[in-house]
Amino acid sequence: MNTTPTLELRNLEVAYTVRGIDRQVLRDVSFAIAPGEAYGLVGESGCGKSTAAFAAMRYLPRNGKITKGSILFEGQDIVDINEDAVAKLRRSAISMVYQNPATALNPTIRIGKQIAEVFELNGVSSSDAMMMAEQALTRVQIADPARVLRRYAHQLSGGMAQRVVIAMALASNPRLLVMDEPTTGLDATVEAEVLDLVRELRRDTGTAVLFISHNLGVIRNMCDRVGVLYAGALVEQGATSDLFSNPSHPYTVGLLRCIPRGGLHKSTDRLDTIPGTPPALGLKFDGCVFAARCALADDKCRTQLPQMVTINGAHVARCFHSDKASSLPRSVEQIEYAPQVTGHSTKVGDALLNISHLSKVFTQDGHKVRVINDVSLTLGVGETLGLVGESGSGKTTIAKLLLGLTPPEEGGVVTLDGKGLAKTLNRRDVADVGAMQIVFQNPDQALNRRHSVTRIVGRAVERLRKFSLADAIARAHELLSGMRVEASLHSVRPVQLSGGLKQRVAISRAFAGAPQLVVCDEPTSALDVSVQAAILNLLVDLQKQDKTSFIFISHDLGVVRYISDRIAVLYLGRVVEFGTSQRVFSGPFHPYTEALLSSVPNIDGSTRKRIPLTGSVPSPSNPPSGCVLNPRCPRKAGSGYETLCETEEPNLNEVEPGHFMRCHIPMAKLKQLQS
Amino acid sequence: MLRFIVKRIGLSILTLTIVSLIVFLMTSIMPGDIAKQILGRDASPEAFEIWNKEKGFDKPLVVQYSRWMGGVLTGDLGTSFQYEMPVGEILGPAASKSAQLAIVALILIAPISILGGIVAAMNRGKKVDRALTVGGLSAAVIPEFVWAVVLILVFGVAIRAFPVSAFPDEENPNIVSSVYHLILPSIALLFVLFGYISRITRAGVIEALDSDYMRTAVLKGLSRKTAVFRHVLRNALLPTIAVIATQVPYLAGGLIAIERVFNYPGFGNILLDAVIARDFPLLQTAVFLTGVVIIVFQLIADILFAVLNPRIRQKVTE
Repeated sequence: MNTTPTLELRNLEVAYTVRGIDRQVLRDVSFAIAPGEAYGLVGESGCGKSTAAFAAMRYLPRNGKITKGSILFEGQDIVDINEDAVAKLRRSAISMVYQNPATALNPTIRIGKQIAEVFELNGVSSSDAMMMAEQALTRVQIADPARVLRRYAHQLSGGMAQRVVIAMALASNPRLLVMDEPTTGLDATVEAEVLDLVRELRRDTGTAVLFISHNLGVIRNMCDRVGVLYAGALVEQGATSDLFSNPSHPYTVGLLRCIPRGGLHKSTDRLDTIPGTPPALGLKFDGCVFAARCALADDKCRTQLPQMVTINGAHVARCFHSDKASSLPRSVEQIEYAPQVTGHSTKVGDALLNISHLSKVFTQDGHKVRVINDVSLTLGVGETLGLVGESGSGKTTIAKLLLGLTPPEEGGVVTLDGKGLAKTLNRRDVADVGAMQIVFQNPDQALNRRHSVTRIVGRAVERLRKFSLADAIARAHELLSGMRVEASLHSVRPVQLSGGLKQRVAISRAFAGAPQLVVCDEPTSALDVSVQAAILNLLVDLQKQDKTSFIFISHDLGVVRYISDRIAVLYLGRVVEFGTSQRVFSGPFHPYTEALLSSVPNIDGSTRKRIPLTGSVPSPSNPPSGCVLNPRCPRKAGSGYETLCETEEPNLNEVEPGHFMRCHIPMAKLKQLQS
Repeated sequence: MLRFIVKRIGLSILTLTIVSLIVFLMTSIMPGDIAKQILGRDASPEAFEIWNKEKGFDKPLVVQYSRWMGGVLTGDLGTSFQYEMPVGEILGPAASKSAQLAIVALILIAPISILGGIVAAMNRGKKVDRALTVGGLSAAVIPEFVWAVVLILVFGVAIRAFPVSAFPDEENPNIVSSVYHLILPSIALLFVLFGYISRITRAGVIEALDSDYMRTAVLKGLSRKTAVFRHVLRNALLPTIAVIATQVPYLAGGLIAIERVFNYPGFGNILLDAVIARDFPLLQTAVFLTGVVIIVFQLIADILFAVLNPRIRQKVTE
């Protein structure tokens, strides 16, 4: 092995100047990527992943600077080369793919011109460049490339926009491709397609890849080697399979344990968390960066900087106790929460929520668009119903219909605890409003930033339970403390809290009215995995104590599987499969469910054949005839039911007790096809 | 797109109707007896009555209004009390004079202000930026007529580089002379508008400079300068164009103070005379036409904005 690495970071240190003080964000980071190799960087938000990526592009924010070390591209140090030389590198040798493809494209320039620009920069004539742009789009397997050339960014779906960005990045035939969270925010099915594409392109081009992701499953499936970053320091590095099978830094061990991985369920397994919070930006350390949160840390860890130790070959970890890392004590938070005093005395499993024939039609530019089509579901006391489906499948609209934020069409009925609910929120009485509450994805936007935490929760208690102000405040404090929001934080405003704490406040608010049902709309999607685990544990505890029921909306099937008792799979506003969590996840699956499940990158490294859904989600304003899934159905061809699938919409049939499926293909046949 | 334009025009007509009502009612309730004002204090009561009858002031307001609007719509703008001439013949030349001033001013103001905004944005936080921002703001807080007087004193009286009047004395002035006379008033207007327009430009450019697509452009390997030209300006100038378009009616609709100071026979001067002389037909129509100018340019601004921004254009077409 004497080849020069494509990219090598050597003892790289980067600092951001904030309020006149240099704050270190990368600490002595060294790694190398060989030609054709895919190197993954993982870690939670704020640990320096993106900074490392942008440093490799020599593109740091205005207040960022490289304070030490070198960045070698094919052996040449690029830290001190001038802007022209940097531009030349970017034109011809290094490209980048970004997290937000939609905003990465210029909104006022046609796609074709934006791609052609790369070729023109490399001296191609503009007419040839446009032709090559079309070829570039063909290469990323976009449907109808000639048409896409003439489109604008906002006319593309997220997956298409990312393909365009990838086409643009590959246009210069780069030797290094930096991908910063390229699939974050995309649907699982789209993510799987984009990842397949990247894998294929890598095979064809042999480009070296620096792959940044917070998603360990994606990293595991995409990368040859992995580096784990914490607080700007590389704490562990090794071949992907070694690192995942034998994590040797306590942080890596903790990260892996936080994830609700295949098969875990709330009824039997409690998720681990990583205690404490990541250090503030630029904090100085005498010892190990992770010591403050590490259960194995001793005095040595706190005072001496550990060096990388070899675990096995190229697998290294920056830890004094790497041999004991796998025996890291489990960290499971418990809540101290006073049960709600309510009049509800139903027992777990009794029927609580009954949704029948719920539909919703929106009018869009004079066209009627049926976004929810005859949805009927039931949920028991103390149970969780998981709603899954690609974006646009109607998950959030169902939540809005339940809460009365938008009225359902005539004929749709929502019954809670035997009582029919008014169609709109303002016609529901206080008890009904308190009985059903919601937790949103983004607590930043859901909490009033001008109010203190106490006021946010206290006001809800006062309104929903008709408490006096003093009682309401007392109850608010009780709720907040129970959800592990410390008393010292009760008087602060949301802006001073971390994402996880904000979500705890939002959950406290939702529980103010002693609810029977809480709708959780992607409550952990914006959070890091360790915080996600803590929030999921909290929800499970609340459910056990109060017999609260949840409707849990998430695009993360692992999370849904962990927390749900029943699952409803939605496609184009219709329930295509509904049953107990165990049934839905064990198969035989509805073809759509099967495709969804197979698109999730697996963290345990087991390879599984992906069942692709061809094409994109059709518009609900013009649904396909017959079964709405039929143009994309992975099981239609060869099933013997093709004509039926294309002409007649199947009913939601009870295929076995408590398990419903909307498919023409009989269970036995599906079982045979899927085995 | 067509639907959008038709809808917008419909809205504009509605707004203009409301404007016409307000203008009509306001002039109707202006204090003082018009007949007395026009005919003089000593005229006999019969003369007042005959005059009022002749002018239609004895009719109910509804009739007076519909007669006025009917006239405006058919091109009969009424007869001025003061000059005893058709209003159209008075306002026509004045409007053309005002338009000339507006065009010269705009040609001077738009590029300079936009350039100022771009330079400030590119040097964000540096001395150039601060100088432009503070300077522009300081200049804007001083009213245009003060600037006008200062400019006349400096360039007209002391240095004698420019004429003190905005209107050439000659019989048939050529275009060079006309423009030359309009430069000082335009500079006065530049001082007033520079701060505003350059700030809007600066904000637009900064937003575009910080955008993800600008990052993409730079990481594609474009030089910063090329990236700014190709990717920033078009997006950044969108709001600026709309802002400039909304300033056009201010320029074209009669700059009373500037026209007075520079002794320029434009719309503003006529308007002021009409108020002082209680020349109702002239005043009503002049104010109403100002409203028409404002609304038409607002409409043009909206349509321009839609045409330049594909996102809005598409929304509009759907």
